[in-house]
Amino acid sequence: MSYIKNSQGIYKSRFFFKRRLAVLSVIISIAFFVIIGRFFYLQIFKYDFYKGLSENNRIAFVPNVPNRGLILDRNGIILVDNYFDYTLEITPSKVASLNKTIDDLKSIVELSAGDLKKFRKMLKEGSTLESIPIKVHLSETESARFAANKLRFEGVEIKSRLFRRYPKGAFASHLIGHINRINEEDKEAIKKLGWQQNYKGTDSIGKLGIEKYYETRLHGKTGFQEVEMDANGNSVRILDSTPSIEGDSITLSIDSNLQEIAENAFNKYRGALVALNPKNGEVLAFVSRPNFDPNQFVGGIDIDEWKLLNESLDKPMLNRAINGLYPPGSTIKPFVALAALENDIRKPPFNIKDPGFFTLPNSGHTYKDWKPFGHGVVDIVMAITISCDTFFYGLGVELGINKLSEFLSRFGFGQATHIDMFGESGGLLPSPEWKQKRFKQPWYLGETVITSIGQGYILVTPLQLAQGVATLANGGLVVQPRLVQSIKNNQTGKIEIFKNKTIRELHFKSENLALVKDGMMNVTQPGGTAASMGAGASYKIAAKTGTAQVVEMKANQKYNPSRMNERHRDHALFIAYAPAEDPTIAVALIVENGGHGGSTAGPIARKLMDYYLLKKVPLNKEDNKVGSLESEFHD
Amino acid sequence: MLERLISRLQKNIDSILMIFISSALVVGLFTLYSASGRNIILVLNQLFYIGLGLILLWITARIHPKYYEKLALPIYVVGLLLLLGVMFFGQSSHGAKRWLNLGAFKMQPSEIMRLAVPMAMAWYLSKRENKRHAIDYVIASLFFILPVALIINQPDLGTGLLITASGFYILFLAGLSWKFIAGGSIGLFSLAPVIWSHLHDYQKNRLLILLDPSQDPLGSGYHTIQSSIAMGSGGLIGKGWLNGTQGQLDFLPERTTDFIFAVFSEEFGLLGNLLLLALFAFIIGRSLMIASQAKNTFTRLLAANIGLTFFTYIFINIAMVSGIMPVVGVPLPLISFGGTSMTIILISFGILMSVHSHKELVGSS
Repeated sequence: MSYIKNSQGIYKSRFFFKRRLAVLSVIISIAFFVIIGRFFYLQIFKYDFYKGLSENNRIAFVPNVPNRGLILDRNGIILVDNYFDYTLEITPSKVASLNKTIDDLKSIVELSAGDLKKFRKMLKEGSTLESIPIKVHLSETESARFAANKLRFEGVEIKSRLFRRYPKGAFASHLIGHINRINEEDKEAIKKLGWQQNYKGTDSIGKLGIEKYYETRLHGKTGFQEVEMDANGNSVRILDSTPSIEGDSITLSIDSNLQEIAENAFNKYRGALVALNPKNGEVLAFVSRPNFDPNQFVGGIDIDEWKLLNESLDKPMLNRAINGLYPPGSTIKPFVALAALENDIRKPPFNIKDPGFFTLPNSGHTYKDWKPFGHGVVDIVMAITISCDTFFYGLGVELGINKLSEFLSRFGFGQATHIDMFGESGGLLPSPEWKQKRFKQPWYLGETVITSIGQGYILVTPLQLAQGVATLANGGLVVQPRLVQSIKNNQTGKIEIFKNKTIRELHFKSENLALVKDGMMNVTQPGGTAASMGAGASYKIAAKTGTAQVVEMKANQKYNPSRMNERHRDHALFIAYAPAEDPTIAVALIVENGGHGGSTAGPIARKLMDYYLLKKVPLNKEDNKVGSLESEFHD
Repeated sequence: MLERLISRLQKNIDSILMIFISSALVVGLFTLYSASGRNIILVLNQLFYIGLGLILLWITARIHPKYYEKLALPIYVVGLLLLLGVMFFGQSSHGAKRWLNLGAFKMQPSEIMRLAVPMAMAWYLSKRENKRHAIDYVIASLFFILPVALIINQPDLGTGLLITASGFYILFLAGLSWKFIAGGSIGLFSLAPVIWSHLHDYQKNRLLILLDPSQDPLGSGYHTIQSSIAMGSGGLIGKGWLNGTQGQLDFLPERTTDFIFAVFSEEFGLLGNLLLLALFAFIIGRSLMIASQAKNTFTRLLAANIGLTFFTYIFINIAMVSGIMPVVGVPLPLISFGGTSMTIILISFGILMSVHSHKELVGSS
């Protein structure tokens, strides 16, 4: 029975399918007839009309490429501009034999292997109807020699093109970013965004940093020349011309003197630094070391040069300020201390007698303080000043990971800051739910212990850390960090000034905040972990040092920087703001493999603040060096 | 020996379909050579992807359709996850987030969904074959609505619309009742103002300019005007290969990709157009024939969908180039320059051939 029913069902469903297919076939046929009808209309009925148009279609629209907008620092110093230069260009479709032409050209201008490689690459990507540069930056003798031989070379001409220039070289490279030739992927994006018209004739596009984020503002509006052409496609006369409108000028909030001092202060170290104005979120300095030279990318980077940059162990292309993920180490302690106070634990006069280690109740597992025999009697202010691990171990356990994690998230840890730059990392703020999801494992109390001194899973970017310090400095306003101060429309002269934005207000009890700030102020005083950094300053600095382990120490191994591989040394971290009473600058920085925060990273912050607050410039190169690795302090 | 090798290679390949496809590919290469301004490097590049696509076609034709049925859902789920991945971790190229960087290579998950969506819908509807309720069509619709929402959000309107069309084909062929179709159409029309308000400005612009291209001769209307001139001036027999002035003199935008048909049309005229259209019609006809001979619901729906999607591409592209539809950025299959779309289209024909060559072996359950 069921077999018959089933086979009937199949028969029915096949029959049904064929009927539906027939309906669609009718629709398809109609569609084809519509198209064929259109063909007849265009190609037979209107043939004479379109033939006439095509014969008269001698009018081409040649783009007037706009000048790309300038990038300036807050004092109007030019960081990026443009210049005209002569290039030798070939239009492949007008050349009989490309190889022969290139060979002949070699006798007139010097063509390096790199020039030819670039030319081949562009040839592959572009249309043969466009002219493609084979040699940029023609010298005067070269252009004179070519001019004398011009008749021999049909389809080859000298053109003047606009080039992007980064006059300060590698300076602030990660902030400014760079442009590069438009590639297939960019072309597709341009098409999808409907920008084709405006990008006719444009050969480069912002790829990184400000150059990329503000591409729409920097590019400008392409103008067009209506040109009459002869039958070979050469222009005969210009009929009409719409001028291009140059791109907007962007004024950054950074101070290039401050930026330069910060970059130099890193000397040969790798690392990153972000300095903010805690009152409005303006980025005052934005450093990622090592830098790269954005000029290398202009007009397309050499494959070998790119390999060198991309495969270097020092990772110069990594933007450490927003993509470098580091354990915050002890720089997290002021935030953790505030978490405790706001949750009404560890309020003075509470104190502990630190024996140099902390024993986890129940398990008996011990966690060592960095100071072998302990710090003696320590309260919460002192715990920040001398960076007492034992105090924070116990604090973390009592507070619990959930409250700690929630509190830190209010400062923006674990989330992107949404600064005006693409590709920012969000860092990592661990919680039991996160660990369950990520590792399918429960959270262990020991992990709470180490999280409370900024070790373990927790990861921050230097930018997040700077935002955190700024929030402490201004008394609890999470301000939106931003790199651009204003944008000027060069056509109308109108200046658009970017507004300050407060993301959240964290309402801390003022007495709690005062305790944490006291602890941080004492850090730069005698007895604090960064006493040498604060020595002799005419203003008050609040700070916190930190150290992040790169390799784990074995139980009995002693940390001895001079005997270790340089890349296995600890990362030095430092956060600070000044003047402590009414802060106008907040800094977070990391020196990779720099050892201890107070001695390597601290002096960098000091130089920055001396300039920012006192306009004091570091005297000479020697003075500009960071402290030695062997330090009397420890973290 | 050689004969055995050839017969082995030919196994599972539908020679009729293969002849039509190859002819279209050859026409495409010649047109591309002309459209690119005799750029042999570009043609070789295209040839490389054709080679790659044919190898994949050969492989997919050998795989038994039951594996496609088994893999339909996993592939779909992976595709959907990748799309979500694009949303959160995608590489944004100037505002359009469509690429996913998987370390060694970059990919556009929306391309996978072109095949994964109809496969998954065909799988679901064939599974529910004998106990289908109205709710099953709603669930099947979700299979395409979810990815389409993500794709349009990227923003990639063209691919989104094509996947929507392929979703509707499946629903219709699977037997969605006319009542629903009527109700759905009314609903869709009433939603039109809402959709309009969600379109990007440039998309609105394109639709408006379609109504009157001359209002913006330099902007978006430029494409349509120039391609109409190219086609119209081709006349009955065309200007001859490599002699199209519109194409050769740089008036025609996107000559090698979306507007390649205008180059073809200018150089080969109405007769060329009719021949190429006939070639396409044969491919579509053969596909639908394979579908009608398929032995179970899954293969039937899948095969028909491949033929219908191919038709949709052709119709949208030619209608767009000849100025009866807005410029939506859809390539002409088998002809336009572009590696990804070439590979995907050849893979889909491979699946079609697999359905055909395994039709006797497929059980009726």
